[in-house]
Amino acid sequence: MPHAILVDLTECVGCGACRDACQQVHHFPQEECTSLDAHNFTTLRKIETADGQEVFARQMCQHCQDPACASACLVGALEKTRDGAVTWDTDKCIGCRYCMVACPFDIPKYEWDTNNPKVRKCTMCYTERHLDADSKTDKEGYVLDRSGKRVSIDGRLVTAEDRDMIVEMTTNSDGKRATACSVACPIGATLYGERSELLAEAHRRIRSNPDSYVQKVYGQTEVGGTSVFYLSSMPFEQLGFSTKLDTEALPLRTWRVLEKLPDVILTAGVALGAVYWITNRREDVRKFEEEVKNQRSQKKS
Amino acid sequence: MKSFLSRITFWKATAAVFLLGGLATTIVRFGWGLGASTNLSDMTPWGLWIGFDVVTGVGLAAGGFTLAGIVHIFHIKRFHPIVRPAILTAFLGYCLVIVGLMFDLGRPWAIWHALIYQNPHSVLFEVAMCVMTYTAVLALEFSPVVLERFHLHKLLKFVKAITVPLIILGILLSMLHQSSLGSLYLIVPQKMHPYWYSPMLPVLFFVSAVAVGLGMTIVESYLSARAFQKTLETPLLRDLTRIMIGVLLVYFTMRAIDLFHRNAFGFLLDGSFETMMLYLEVAFMLIIPLLLFNLREWGRSRQGLFFTAFSVVLGFITNRLNVTMTSLEGYYKTNFGVSYFPGIGELAVTISIVTVGFVIFALAVKYLPIFPHHEEETVLRFDGAPARTNESASMHATPAAELRRH
Ligand code: SF4
Ligand code: SF4
Repeated sequence: MPHAILVDLTECVGCGACRDACQQVHHFPQEECTSLDAHNFTTLRKIETADGQEVFARQMCQHCQDPACASACLVGALEKTRDGAVTWDTDKCIGCRYCMVACPFDIPKYEWDTNNPKVRKCTMCYTERHLDADSKTDKEGYVLDRSGKRVSIDGRLVTAEDRDMIVEMTTNSDGKRATACSVACPIGATLYGERSELLAEAHRRIRSNPDSYVQKVYGQTEVGGTSVFYLSSMPFEQLGFSTKLDTEALPLRTWRVLEKLPDVILTAGVALGAVYWITNRREDVRKFEEEVKNQRSQKKS
Repeated sequence: MKSFLSRITFWKATAAVFLLGGLATTIVRFGWGLGASTNLSDMTPWGLWIGFDVVTGVGLAAGGFTLAGIVHIFHIKRFHPIVRPAILTAFLGYCLVIVGLMFDLGRPWAIWHALIYQNPHSVLFEVAMCVMTYTAVLALEFSPVVLERFHLHKLLKFVKAITVPLIILGILLSMLHQSSLGSLYLIVPQKMHPYWYSPMLPVLFFVSAVAVGLGMTIVESYLSARAFQKTLETPLLRDLTRIMIGVLLVYFTMRAIDLFHRNAFGFLLDGSFETMMLYLEVAFMLIIPLLLFNLREWGRSRQGLFFTAFSVVLGFITNRLNVTMTSLEGYYKTNFGVSYFPGIGELAVTISIVTVGFVIFALAVKYLPIFPHHEEETVLRFDGAPARTNESASMHATPAAELRRH
């Protein structure tokens, strides 16, 4: 079942618990941040409205249904999982940064200051959510997955202590696994669950409370739909969300060209061969005629 | 003689400065990473090294497939003497593109991953595959020159036998990746200025590459003439220039139709930076070449043709940099309040790569049978065509004689 995240910005009080939990569960330095970078997968931007209200705009990877980043990546390091998350594989990446160019939300970030840089973005706690509480460890104390391989998150091995923290941070009060940010949110402004259910919930909220919401679920139709939805009391463009995005998935634009290429190549190949054949024949004929002419003139003389 | 000497040393000194700068940046780049050596950032992930070294570089090397096609597939044999220099430029060009890519990739040692983790939905994957294969094809297309030089007749025969399929393969691969460099940008419609974002990008990229491939060939044959007294006949160059201008007219007609259909004409008088850059592109790539070519004396002199073609090359470079950099400036400004301009180090590396290209080209022309000459090449021509055409008869010393002279 594809999962998703619903962020109700009208409920968010800007406490930053989601951001802190994200930094903690991923072993990032704990710091205030206003923009995403290689060690901040989610941020809160404070926006003051004209009438003095404060709104906090959360930002994170949208986990697009048909992600531009994944279609751009030449080695398939980015992947839309069945679970809904868009994940990234350290070992495959060659560092071309086409994913960063392609992402319509400018989400993937880069480690610019190292010689072995990684592309970084929110993974919807994919590996974290799939880490079993009772998973085994090997002799050196590293956690193994079900097939007996060492679990590594972003190139970092997981110790038993680590695992316990991660499992705790990604388990909801009802015992279901969820992203660390949604577990951490003290008032339920960030919810994690099945995509279709969350979408229905978002519309239910707008319908039952039309005065406190703008009539839009951000993320439902943007670039063909995403797996992170936002509700807001303020128009989204005022919150700095890109609102000019097409409803068509971006990868279709490149695919429409790519899918034609085999036909083009076949046709062009045959055409070139034909041109060669014809002009070559013409050349032969010309040579032959010349020869004949030469022979005749020789005979005459 | 004196001024000639001082000119040589001036260019050598300039080249040395660039190369030193490039070397310093190379050390920083591979010692401390991309952040330390470039102006790239999370907001502006691609810069000069992709925009010029890769996207522009591949285009500038398009003369190889264009001339090989004209001569060997369309059998317009008059242009035969130009095929070799064009293939040399292409081969060199692609090698340098790969060098440039090594600088830009964050994890260059993993580049071979493209071979095993294939993502057929990625335009970049297709570009990578084609560039790799085509570089190999170019090496084969170029090999007769080397084989000839070292009298390896058996191998030469083999390469000769597969020439035609090889050239067709080269043209197909070029069609694919020249256009795909444009397709790379199809995925960011909302980020680019409407002057340069177009669903037609792949077609436009291909057609302009054909034009600039011819342009580069004219430019380099003029430069080689000055440096080595090896050259081609002016009427031949003029015909080549005419084909180039024809292709450019087709290109700009398509461009205009495209801008018109996407209602982008409305911006033409807004006086913005983008508009100025577009004008620059059109001036260099269309207006100046048209004027020069039609001026009585210029259009018939070697120098005039050189400037015509050189202007096209400049215009082409402007176009590629516009697509890859200018068109995104507006997006960077409104969304992040930043703008990208390449750093000194990035410029130094790019200029160094170009300089290295020039040097290798010069050496190759000097020591290998690139431009036509009087050797006993009758049986050894690339395509086996009769060697002593009128063009080649007018040519100069053999490499051996050349060597003796120096
Ligand atoms: S928001 Fe960007 S990084 Fe996230 S899935 Fe979509 S395209 Fe990929
Ligand atoms: S930077 Fe890495 S993850 Fe991004 S597109 Fe390139 S190879 Fe794929």
